[in-house]
Amino acid sequence: MQDLLRRYGPGLTFMMGLLVAFWLLMLVIVPNITLFEQSFRPYLPVTEIGGPRDTYSLNNYLKVFDGKVEKSFLGHVFTIPVHVYTFSLTIFYSMLVTVICFLMAYPLAYYLAKIVNPKSLPTLLLLLFIPLWVSEVLRAFAWWIILAFKGPLNALLQGIGLIEDPIRWTNMGYAGVVIGLVYTYVLFMLFPVYNAIQSLDSNQIEAAEDLGAPWWKIHWRIVLPHAKPGIASGSVMVFMLSAGSLLVPSILGSTTSQWFTQTIDQWFKDALDWNTASAYAFLLLLVCTLFVTLAMWVFRVKLSDIAK
Amino acid sequence: MHRLRQNLAHLYMVLFLFFLLAPLVVMSGAAFNDSKLPSIVPWKGWTTVWFTEMVNDQRMMWAFVNTLWVALAVAVIAVIIGTASAILINSISGRVRTVLYGLMISTILIPGVVIGISTMIMWTKLGGALFGPDGKPWPFIPGLHLSVLGQVSYIAAMVMLLVLARLQSFDAGLEEAALDLGASHAQVMRRILLPHLYPAIGAGAAVAFFQSIENFNVTQFTRGGADTLTVYVFSKVRSGITPTINALAFLLICVTLVLALVYEINRRRKARIEAEREAEARRAEAAML
Amino acid sequence: MSAGIDLENVCCDFGTFRAVDNANVSIRPGEFFSFLGPSGCGKTTILRMVSGFIEPTEGTIRIGGKDVKGTRPNQRPTALIFQNLALFPLMPIWENIAFGLEVRGVDKATRRRKAEELLKLVDLPGAADKMVSQLSGGQKQRVAIARALAVEPQVMLLDEPLSALDLKLRQHMRAELRAIQKRTGVTFIYITHDQGEALAMSDRVGVMSQGRIQQIADPKDIYNNPVNGFVASFVGENNIFTGTVGAVSNGMAAFETPEGSFRARIAPEAQGKAVKLYVRPEHTLLSDRAGENSIPVTVTEVAFEGAFISVHARTEKGMILSAEIRNDGLATVPDLGTRLHASFDPARAALLPDANVRS
Repeated sequence: MQDLLRRYGPGLTFMMGLLVAFWLLMLVIVPNITLFEQSFRPYLPVTEIGGPRDTYSLNNYLKVFDGKVEKSFLGHVFTIPVHVYTFSLTIFYSMLVTVICFLMAYPLAYYLAKIVNPKSLPTLLLLLFIPLWVSEVLRAFAWWIILAFKGPLNALLQGIGLIEDPIRWTNMGYAGVVIGLVYTYVLFMLFPVYNAIQSLDSNQIEAAEDLGAPWWKIHWRIVLPHAKPGIASGSVMVFMLSAGSLLVPSILGSTTSQWFTQTIDQWFKDALDWNTASAYAFLLLLVCTLFVTLAMWVFRVKLSDIAK
Repeated sequence: MHRLRQNLAHLYMVLFLFFLLAPLVVMSGAAFNDSKLPSIVPWKGWTTVWFTEMVNDQRMMWAFVNTLWVALAVAVIAVIIGTASAILINSISGRVRTVLYGLMISTILIPGVVIGISTMIMWTKLGGALFGPDGKPWPFIPGLHLSVLGQVSYIAAMVMLLVLARLQSFDAGLEEAALDLGASHAQVMRRILLPHLYPAIGAGAAVAFFQSIENFNVTQFTRGGADTLTVYVFSKVRSGITPTINALAFLLICVTLVLALVYEINRRRKARIEAEREAEARRAEAAML
Repeated sequence: MSAGIDLENVCCDFGTFRAVDNANVSIRPGEFFSFLGPSGCGKTTILRMVSGFIEPTEGTIRIGGKDVKGTRPNQRPTALIFQNLALFPLMPIWENIAFGLEVRGVDKATRRRKAEELLKLVDLPGAADKMVSQLSGGQKQRVAIARALAVEPQVMLLDEPLSALDLKLRQHMRAELRAIQKRTGVTFIYITHDQGEALAMSDRVGVMSQGRIQQIADPKDIYNNPVNGFVASFVGENNIFTGTVGAVSNGMAAFETPEGSFRARIAPEAQGKAVKLYVRPEHTLLSDRAGENSIPVTVTEVAFEGAFISVHARTEKGMILSAEIRNDGLATVPDLGTRLHASFDPARAALLPDANVRS
């Protein structure tokens, strides 16, 4: 604080403090506290707000357990509340997307950091950046075209004789959603991992090679451990973005693929029950936060590493 | 063996680029197909009719204008807040710094749905508390201004990170030198610190602008009745769709490409100038000894 | 115009650490004054207090007779030259130089003219429109000086500005700095840990250690008459004997050491304190005859350095003495293992207390 005053004087310090306070208080903390507070109140007509029925309760949260459905998993048949089911699948498929993104991005990140000719690197990075500048909705839309029943993917696969009849891609459970999410978020994995690998001294790889280590061992013992903060940061980003995505599941989802954000959206927009929507949104935030914290604890990385 | 691995790596790179860029090509291609459904198969011949229809689509044009306004507002506010935060974070230390910094970064990870709903609820509730349930004045009603605020809440953190990274390479001695030469704090900021930060501020503004354009989640929950491009495209994809959207996408991709190219050419020019200057300094050094 | 600077009982604490302890010095207008000391001795803290970036915890600083307590750096008549020069990389050279004028609201044409004049003064004509990255290390140095001079300071404060340069350039710039100081007549306060630099350029030198000023004197006195062991060791090499003081008369004392008994100078202030005997290698003579203040030694190492010959010789008790023989072209290089007598003139050997530190 003293440093701040000495460097920028009282006037500027005050202004900067004010801006930061506005951001963190008015745009982040207070809205989230309001969300939290509202999630315990019932959804009432305007005239009854503040009236005798407007009391705190856990009812909004308990709605998660309403409406049981029968599902089977590995031969076991069991009943499960539909929203819990949706929530679990959202988390599961978000993890799957994260893993696929990592498997796809890691070889390329290594290639960009250690193999490619440094002269062509800026051009390659520029090409890779292009999809990032194209709006998410358009990227999802692009896959909507590609995956259409009479779309180019089926045409291509039929053309080269891989399949006889066209496939209904967007009616295969979560397939469309996973493809769309991977396409949309794989770059959020690529760049952190690339940055991490790039900071690895190439001599270490050569030294390991020189000592006779096979290629997989070099990756397992040297490159991967070094890239861990980057991988963690990429994974957290991809997971949070996937779990929080509303566009991709809405555009590429099938009749059987409900995403938890869609459930929230329905409470908010269709049922107009903002209080329950708040409760569900808070649940999403809570579980995602817990999940990320757990993952960071398991992989021993800090939040500040992730921001790199 | 080594050669084989290298060739495989090159092949993978090409496949990856294909995976990234082919959908954009397909989407752009469909803008020129004379077919009512947006697709490139079957190809029914070239046409530019979708571009004309796009221009005539009043709602889309309105959404486009709205999007630009929102993006501009977000870029301006996020750059101001993000830069101030970065400077502030950079010159404090200890526990306060850890807490503030953690809070700032965590905004990037908050799901957009949560940001959208919480922003909407807070401002409308605040309006309700201040003015009663009826006749709440602006800004306590749903609308794009709330979208702006919601988007700023996390985009500011991105700007903050970019500016903070640039601040790491700033020599605080320059500030002292300027103060010592008689500059006021405001002059130091304007002449010394901000010029050093301009590249990061520019990048931050660009990131903020594009992040805002593509934002859906926050906008969806706060917009009230107004449309932005993303929301409009989304509603189109769900209801009846025509290749006008492809025409729009094609134009956006072209703009992106041109901007990327300009950026790259500019970057190379700057690198060349800097290399020439350093060579001159080395020659001067050699001449002196 | 130049101003004198007075420090009266100045102390500076960082938390519990006392960086500067009771500094008293009076620097004359137009003087070239150096603070010399190892890193962490408090010399930079003194400079930053004078420039106003740090306020002293106790004591008074006067610039031109005026107490500057509470005056901000941008309002003091001082100009600081930073260790890394701190040139503004995004401004062309002339804007760098004229920055101090710009913030004072001087119009552009005047600024430009003034910058050109100063560039001529520091022998860099024609560099006005270049960028900082186009200049060599020595050229940057001159720009930094010109930038500081532009605000017509009464005092220039220089924080080891030559440390980043290589040896040859450093020696060249010493003369240059000295010449600029003489030409402008501005008071220079120069911070360095390089004794050669301090001795070669300064009118007076203040040697510092552990936050205390040990000695203030002209370079010749600092070298020839150090007041304590720290100053003697920091500004040159010594052969050091430990022992006890015997009879004192006329500023000379007998000194009993395990190696034998010697006679040497003792200052009145040193009397009654624990002292050691300091003899410079160039005052340590080697000959084949015994005499006053001499002890027998065996030559163990000989290095031919060009201008002089450095000899290491072991005493009978095993102490290693070093001696320097000036190479006048006729000097003979002693062979290893030669048995000789090392001796010194009592007037050129001093009995000195250890450094002056807080008790």
